[in-house]
Amino acid sequence: MTADIDLGQPQAQAVQSDEDVVRVRQLVRAVAVAVKLSLVDQTKVVTAASELARNTLVYGGGGSVEVATVDNGRRKGVRIVFSDSGPGIADLDLALTDGYTTGGGLGLGLSGSRRLVDEFDIETSTETGTRITVTKWSR
Amino acid sequence: MERVPILKIGDILLVSIQLDMSDQTAVQLQEDLAERIVDTGCHGVIIDITALDIVDSFVGRMLSTIASISKVLDAETVVVGMRPAVAITLVELGLSLNGIRTALNVERGMELIAAAHADELEFQLDDDPDETATT
Repeated sequence: MTADIDLGQPQAQAVQSDEDVVRVRQLVRAVAVAVKLSLVDQTKVVTAASELARNTLVYGGGGSVEVATVDNGRRKGVRIVFSDSGPGIADLDLALTDGYTTGGGLGLGLSGSRRLVDEFDIETSTETGTRITVTKWSR
Repeated sequence: MERVPILKIGDILLVSIQLDMSDQTAVQLQEDLAERIVDTGCHGVIIDITALDIVDSFVGRMLSTIASISKVLDAETVVVGMRPAVAITLVELGLSLNGIRTALNVERGMELIAAAHADELEFQLDDDPDETATT
């Protein structure tokens, strides 16, 4: 996706509290509407963003989210980057398994949100924390 | 923190979620509802999510928990007004909303609760014929 062109300035949102997770949802929705995602796709990407922003807060100990529009020449989309400098994910395969959780949740955040977006990329290390990038393209 | 209002209509508690809830607000609603069920002795809870444009795993779990709590407190929970896009997303997310009854709108939800309560009364009466005579 090197040919992506940003349509506007990427929007940043700190994730330090419950209310920030709500703000992330609202920001992602605004961008998803701006790039004319269908209602179902808006709902999916906002839901995925809600799960991942909560993970950033709960497991990453807080961090930040950046929302940008992308364009590959044929389609537009929304790209969201979730970064934290938390402990990282020790076993990524396990963390991506439905129902696996270390936090008392349902274990659907990571695995479920991967199904809701078109591209899903995780970089994680015990030293630098976790960075998850997701993209949802318009149809 | 914002709070979700709980309305009492006859034997039913009606919760219409009109705001984008923070996790804390969702947990508070759970506690408030449990208290109101006990205080009022209502046998039904209707949660209207028409205004919710997403239900993520946290809110989904809250709905399941509310249904379980109210069951223990002798009340039936019905979730009404789920948007089609929300239903599609929930299924893809992998959330099954175990133990939750759903209805398309508040009116049907009320019918469902009335029917469930009538069944239960009948069951109790069948169970104890002596009591039938005295009540």
